[in-house]
Amino acid sequence: MAYVAIADRDDPHAMHHPKSFVTRYIWSQDHKVIAIQYSLIAIAVGLVALVLSGMMRLQLGFPDTFSFIDPADYYQFITMHGMIMVIYLLTALLLGGFGNYLIPLMVGARDMVFPYMNMLSVWVYLLAVIVLMASFFVPGGPTGAGWTLYPPQAILEGTPGASWGIILMLVSLAIFIVAFTMGGLNYVTTVLQARCRGMTLMRMPLSVWGIFMATVLGLLAFPALFVSAVMMTLDSLIGTSFFMPAIVSLGETESYDGGSPILFQHLFWFFGHPEVYIVALPAFGIVSDLLSTHARKNIFGYRMMVWAILAIGGLSFVVWAHHMYVSGMNPYFGFFFATTTLIIAVPTAIKVYNWVLTLWRGDIHLTVPMLFSIGFIFTFVHGGLTGLFLGNVVVDVPLSDTYFVVGHFHMVMGVSPILVIFGAIYHWFPKITGRMYNDSMGKLHFWLTLLGTYSIYLPMHYLGILGVPRRYFAMGTTDFIPDSAQAMNAGITVSAIIVAVVQIVFIVNMAWSVFKGKKSGGNPWRATTLEWQTPQTPPEHGNWGEKLPVVYRWAYDYSVPGAKEDFIPQNEPPEAGVIAGREHGVEHS
Amino acid sequence: MTWALVFLALIMALVIGYLLSQTINRQPWLADDPLENRPSGMPQSILPSKLGLGVLLAVITSMFGLFFSAYVQRMELADWSRVQEPSVLWINTVVLVLASIAMNQALRGARRDDVRATRRALIAAGVLSFAFLVGQLVAWGQLRDAGFYMRGNPAAAFFYLLTAIHGIHLVGGLWVWARTSNRLRGVDKVGEFRLSVELCTVYWHFLLLVWLFLFALLLNT
Repeated sequence: MAYVAIADRDDPHAMHHPKSFVTRYIWSQDHKVIAIQYSLIAIAVGLVALVLSGMMRLQLGFPDTFSFIDPADYYQFITMHGMIMVIYLLTALLLGGFGNYLIPLMVGARDMVFPYMNMLSVWVYLLAVIVLMASFFVPGGPTGAGWTLYPPQAILEGTPGASWGIILMLVSLAIFIVAFTMGGLNYVTTVLQARCRGMTLMRMPLSVWGIFMATVLGLLAFPALFVSAVMMTLDSLIGTSFFMPAIVSLGETESYDGGSPILFQHLFWFFGHPEVYIVALPAFGIVSDLLSTHARKNIFGYRMMVWAILAIGGLSFVVWAHHMYVSGMNPYFGFFFATTTLIIAVPTAIKVYNWVLTLWRGDIHLTVPMLFSIGFIFTFVHGGLTGLFLGNVVVDVPLSDTYFVVGHFHMVMGVSPILVIFGAIYHWFPKITGRMYNDSMGKLHFWLTLLGTYSIYLPMHYLGILGVPRRYFAMGTTDFIPDSAQAMNAGITVSAIIVAVVQIVFIVNMAWSVFKGKKSGGNPWRATTLEWQTPQTPPEHGNWGEKLPVVYRWAYDYSVPGAKEDFIPQNEPPEAGVIAGREHGVEHS
Repeated sequence: MTWALVFLALIMALVIGYLLSQTINRQPWLADDPLENRPSGMPQSILPSKLGLGVLLAVITSMFGLFFSAYVQRMELADWSRVQEPSVLWINTVVLVLASIAMNQALRGARRDDVRATRRALIAAGVLSFAFLVGQLVAWGQLRDAGFYMRGNPAAAFFYLLTAIHGIHLVGGLWVWARTSNRLRGVDKVGEFRLSVELCTVYWHFLLLVWLFLFALLLNT
């Protein structure tokens, strides 16, 4: 039988349309339903992590006040907060949620190419979350080893959750990686094989580019976490010495001998650094599309943006040891990794310039998604610049393990991607639900979140320069930390609580608007990309009705001179004899 | 980590090279009608399931690469002492090679649309693979009897771990194998099942390669 490319198959009846409630909304193979399942699970578990961070802040801001937080609890909160936010919220939401929703719609496909595996992916992800949450209810509680789970302390007695908690954490991570691989296979194959006619790679919206490259990174980097999780589980359960050195713990000589904790650090960060870009690249892509749409202007330097994504993806595999300058590794290694770290800043900076230049003389509409996107540029520049500080060995060594680092990474991979996620949720909410959210509540949510997070993390940099160490349950008295640092800590805590509470505005807005929001119509933002051109809103199963769309142009035809409207959808054919841009002699990019 | 880096650098070079070749020299801002002139840079005529398997193999390769580089890095530490590999591994290797050959025969049968030949070869491949797994368990037994446990000797621990991971992947393959052979019962044309046989064959060859690599590594260290 001859192979018919997916783009050339028009028959929507080849798909099995679900009939019952269960197959439509629970065991669903529709990428849009799976995306929403992924997102809701991720947001739910993210709220748990948000509460945990609130508890930590209570302790730090007002030590000796809350008797229900003891040091062991505090370490458990830190660990679970970090791991949940990075893996189970950000990775799952950006790739499982937005990846699932946007890829097929944006490239003009009816669904992912392996829908059954896609469905398995979300349920295996739920299993990983359940295993992780179960660790709150086992003897000893969840692990308190810090989100990096460094051996030997992660599995030695004395660390909270060293018996059950750590095992459940490692098992949950392994399950998550299986889930991610099943999803990732889909995202990569769909982007490469299921694009509709005319959708060349260079016509894909940058959101798809970002998600695609992040998935490639994830597929290659998550195995490192898997390998280290398996080996650490064996160290803990069977007593092998992959990572565990000879050690005297609590006065007793352990049976371990000769293992290498540094080996674990290498494996962990070999995953851990690409992970930063697994989170960042989808955010980069999405924010590019939001800026372009709401500034009614083509993205500045589209090709440069694509190549920057490729360059960042490639380079992200050779910077991992900049997390390990103080681990005692060879100083020449440090020199190498400092250099690669500075190099990766170049494509990243190109992206930032291009975002700003996209805004330059654009027709900026300060909608809620746009506000969040502009907020992202601020927080990302801020976090990126402090990254340059920490990328250099001589600056990093004194700042290592201080609040400067906490401020830096929360700015760059906490706040920044979250702002994009909020922007993206507001942006695509009308497509997902067919209704508009409340604009004033959205703006209130934005301003309080942006200013609030700034007042949390900006002071942390100052605390770090003072030398306040991170991970400490309480500071005690020292010669070098002034009392005013405590006042600042209290202030940070107040901001953190306010920001956490403000998220209720977001949740209420979303929950209310799903049912009661104004009908939005199919393309409220007058956007060019394919997902806004679906015959129904929200798109039905199969997305495109009888005929797959045909793409004639890129995703950024905004404000084209001479065009009837200020946007031309990707699936609008060129007028006879007129080729956009060329006819008017307009120089793009 | 050098090994893993070389591996990943190769894979990334392939990915980025492909993507660059698709993106360089394009003028994305120009519109045209794809129905009149089919633009280059559209999906190649590869079945999605083949591409999907290729991506899966890349992921598995990355995982084994990282295991191997962890092995090499751990080996350099002071307490490393060599393990005498059980001799049965040589027989197992031959068995796995035969399984791969049988898979190939099945594929050739499927290409001729010869159901009987396909089924026979497929079953032979499965039986040989089971034999391989049994042989690996025998090797574990021999190693244990020689006094090598996971505790105490990192080389032995790696031996058990890596052979187990390889074996689990083979078991996964056997699950797909069982489904395929089951479906081939009572049909008189291979037809749509040719693809399954083809994917199984690629997977088996891949696992054979991994095993040969792993075996060489174990023998030499």
